[in-house]
Amino acid sequence: MAEKIILTHQKINGPDAEVIHEISGVNVFACYQCGNCSATCPAVDFMDIPPHQIMRNLQLGLVNEVLNTKTPWICLACLSCSVKCPRSLDIARVMEGCRNLILRRKYEYFNIHTLDSETRLKLPPIALIANFRKNLL
Amino acid sequence: MEIGYYPGCTLKTSARNFERTALAVLELLGIKAVELSEWYCCGVNFSQVQDNLMLQLAPLRTLMKARDSGFTRILTLCTMCYNTLRRASLFLQADEERQRIINDFMDRGAASYRGDEVTVIDLLTLFREIGISEIGHKIGRSGIDLKVAPYYGCMLLRPREVAVDDASDPTIMEEVLQSVGCQPVAYPMRIECCGSYQIVNEPAVVWQRTRLIVESARQNGAEVMVVLCPLCHYNLDSVQLEIQRTDSRFQTLPVLYLTQLLALLAGIGEGNDWSLHSVDPRPILKAKGLL
Repeated sequence: MAEKIILTHQKINGPDAEVIHEISGVNVFACYQCGNCSATCPAVDFMDIPPHQIMRNLQLGLVNEVLNTKTPWICLACLSCSVKCPRSLDIARVMEGCRNLILRRKYEYFNIHTLDSETRLKLPPIALIANFRKNLL
Repeated sequence: MEIGYYPGCTLKTSARNFERTALAVLELLGIKAVELSEWYCCGVNFSQVQDNLMLQLAPLRTLMKARDSGFTRILTLCTMCYNTLRRASLFLQADEERQRIINDFMDRGAASYRGDEVTVIDLLTLFREIGISEIGHKIGRSGIDLKVAPYYGCMLLRPREVAVDDASDPTIMEEVLQSVGCQPVAYPMRIECCGSYQIVNEPAVVWQRTRLIVESARQNGAEVMVVLCPLCHYNLDSVQLEIQRTDSRFQTLPVLYLTQLLALLAGIGEGNDWSLHSVDPRPILKAKGLL
């Protein structure tokens, strides 16, 4: 049986949910869970929960549950979800909001020193810079 | 005609073939691309954060310098630079409060910037302006019989406000290919993401994407693939050999920049450093009489 979730007004309007809204500018409550975002996401196979469930969790105020998933870090920022959303919600921005909420607390998700020098020299600047922009602050 | 040109970091390193052939093709078409005297890295990814304007400073500073050099339009070859610079201008234009904060932060003495003084355009838009038939007339050859898969990727099409063509059904690359005598291949994966910067942290994503994209193009008869994004080029090209190492049935497909193909069609042989390709395109190009 699924775990029982206790919903409270405080949780749904909690400070973290507010910060994600402030960073992304997206009103997650407008999402009606059609699932188009997850259907179109090119990286969904690598996510632990699909994008529409991120939206649902945020609607329910389950921000910590969202921040503990790998999903925002797998997001490619390709905007496939954002252009397909029938509610015109920019889901990619919500993912950026989740990443930034974490980065603003611990500054980095990715440590450049874990990259061996061979890989670093092989990769083009465009890949490295894009990666740093997403995973460091 | 002269146009300001913003190269970006990768065009000077791993995408040298793109820059050299693009500038040569443009010259042939009567366009002189003048590199900006001062430019900065755009940051590659447009920052989607609403509340931190610091992340917009790098692309906006480049646009300000372009304006100060007297340009009202600049060309970007790299699609990620195009996307970032264009969206940064739109982000600034949309809000006066943002303009005030950004301008307060800029270099002392710099004239303020609204975001609409310099227009950022990409290569395909410039091609459309020159005229597809004109390109066909100056570059085209008959009897080439080369089946080419045009790959758009994300940054030229999304978000819609910066799309260079219909965001879900673009035709511009097909039109260019057809005009120069190649056969564009229709295949479903042409506007899908290649896995982007996850090549650094989660290369498995790029492996899966490359496989799907290349197989889709191959199954529809493609002999080469053409791209306009240096990151797509790296991902789609370099990963193929690794996939083949784990699965010998996987058939590789050479990936070229669109301008490399156009230059060869126009008889411009120089400018290509073939060591920058993982899957060697030379055999197919020789077979078609292009090399």
